[in-house]
Amino acid sequence: MENLLEIDNLTFSRSGRIIYDDISLRIVKGKTTAIMGPSGIGKTTMLRLMGGQLKPDSGDIRFRGESIQSMKRNRLFTVRRQMSMLFQSGALFTDMTVFDNIAFPLREHTKLSESVIKTLVLLKLQAVGLRGAAQLMPAELSGGMARRAALARAIALDPELIMYDEPFAGQDPISMGVLVKLIKALNDALQLTSVVVTHDVTEVLTIADYIYILAEKKVIGSGTPEQIKQSDSPLVQQFLKGQADGPVPFHYPSDDIEHTFLGAK
Amino acid sequence: MQWLASIGRNTIDTVGAFGRAFLMLLGAVIAKPQLIKNTPLTIKQIYVVGVQSLLIIVVSGLFIGMVMALQGYTILVGYGAEGSLGPMVALSLLRELGPVVTALLFAGRAGSALTAEIGLMKATEQLSSLEMMAVDPLRRIVAPRLWAGIISMPMLAIIFSAVGILGGHVVGVDWLGVDAGSYWSIMQSSVDWNEDVVNGIIKTFVFAFVITWIAIFKGYDAIPTSEGISKATTETVVFSSLAVLGLDFILTALMFGIE
Repeated sequence: MENLLEIDNLTFSRSGRIIYDDISLRIVKGKTTAIMGPSGIGKTTMLRLMGGQLKPDSGDIRFRGESIQSMKRNRLFTVRRQMSMLFQSGALFTDMTVFDNIAFPLREHTKLSESVIKTLVLLKLQAVGLRGAAQLMPAELSGGMARRAALARAIALDPELIMYDEPFAGQDPISMGVLVKLIKALNDALQLTSVVVTHDVTEVLTIADYIYILAEKKVIGSGTPEQIKQSDSPLVQQFLKGQADGPVPFHYPSDDIEHTFLGAK
Repeated sequence: MQWLASIGRNTIDTVGAFGRAFLMLLGAVIAKPQLIKNTPLTIKQIYVVGVQSLLIIVVSGLFIGMVMALQGYTILVGYGAEGSLGPMVALSLLRELGPVVTALLFAGRAGSALTAEIGLMKATEQLSSLEMMAVDPLRRIVAPRLWAGIISMPMLAIIFSAVGILGGHVVGVDWLGVDAGSYWSIMQSSVDWNEDVVNGIIKTFVFAFVITWIAIFKGYDAIPTSEGISKATTETVVFSSLAVLGLDFILTALMFGIE
């Protein structure tokens, strides 16, 4: 199987705090790879590293064999035309209609006529079920609709790689179901390579071909959904079962409680 | 030792901020010009930062001109020199009040709005999404706003001075009875095009550049939280106002300083 994106021995720190310590990942072409882990471990940071918005302290990130962090700005921008990212907030431009938001990358990067752009945008909107909302402003959309509109924008240029940042966060069950169905359908129809960063276990197990679980700055488990479910790692099991305490402690590190209160006397 | 460490930390932060501000400016200004794409964006921003600031500029200019005429008249009439009211109003506005008050109002009205807008674009990941769509936010967001500020503010300052002179006429001539002929003719003979008008316009270009740069940088560099954007917006107004007042002294000394 061909890898579209390869990460080798990645170390990344921010403000003196190590986020990733020597981790390696493979994103296989045409497959959906999920990156899971507890909140605050830097899953979004991983997407930003993949997209070249952040540079690692050491290690290598390669897109189609080409090192992302060594690229000049112009080359990086060219490569980014084959990538796309669905942001957690949707990140729609608030001063444009939904139609103009989806037309934006087409107008920026192609010389297509307005009539062709109109056709393409309406087709993308039809794919996410929002053709009727083309003339609405982002502020008029619900959270789920905004994310679907952002998804339509993300696939506007037919990218090779699409990165989803917490696509299911804060969604009601219906919106979540719609998004799961859409991601799966679009991946199959467009033969996309997808990276889904999330902590929604149930949803991701249904759409992912391969899963990485990150915690404590490392990859603590990886495999197909079946392999992950049967993992004997207590950390993986705590995460999958949503247990409040375990290897990932309930309490933020602090002094011993007796010491704190006796000391206060 | 704490205070020494604090001074060191603040110095490093300040130098770092200057460095980031220069890099942002270079990225926005020294780039291949995209006239077809950027001209409509710049015109839109001229409307937002310039046209939408007109009301406050016109009203302020009118009242400042009227107050100056009133104050000037009460002093000048004691010396029988009320005929000099015209040049007094015109020179004060063209040399100082026009550029400086317009700059302070521009910082409060347009500068704060620019910072808040760009800061919120950052907080809502719109700037990141532009980057991921291979669109450079420095060209798409920063450059049009920078040019719009530099183009708009000098025009606003000229309008401010013109309206102020008319306000002075309303109070001095129409209300207090100063001779209209002497108001205009002494003004005409006293105001020098290069020394007064052009120097005033040069000042407004400098102020416009500094205010817009500060405003955009503060938004671009803001911590993307509600508290961070609020702080950045406040800093835009405070730093811009201080920069304008400080630069005004330097420019005045250079332009009108006694040799």
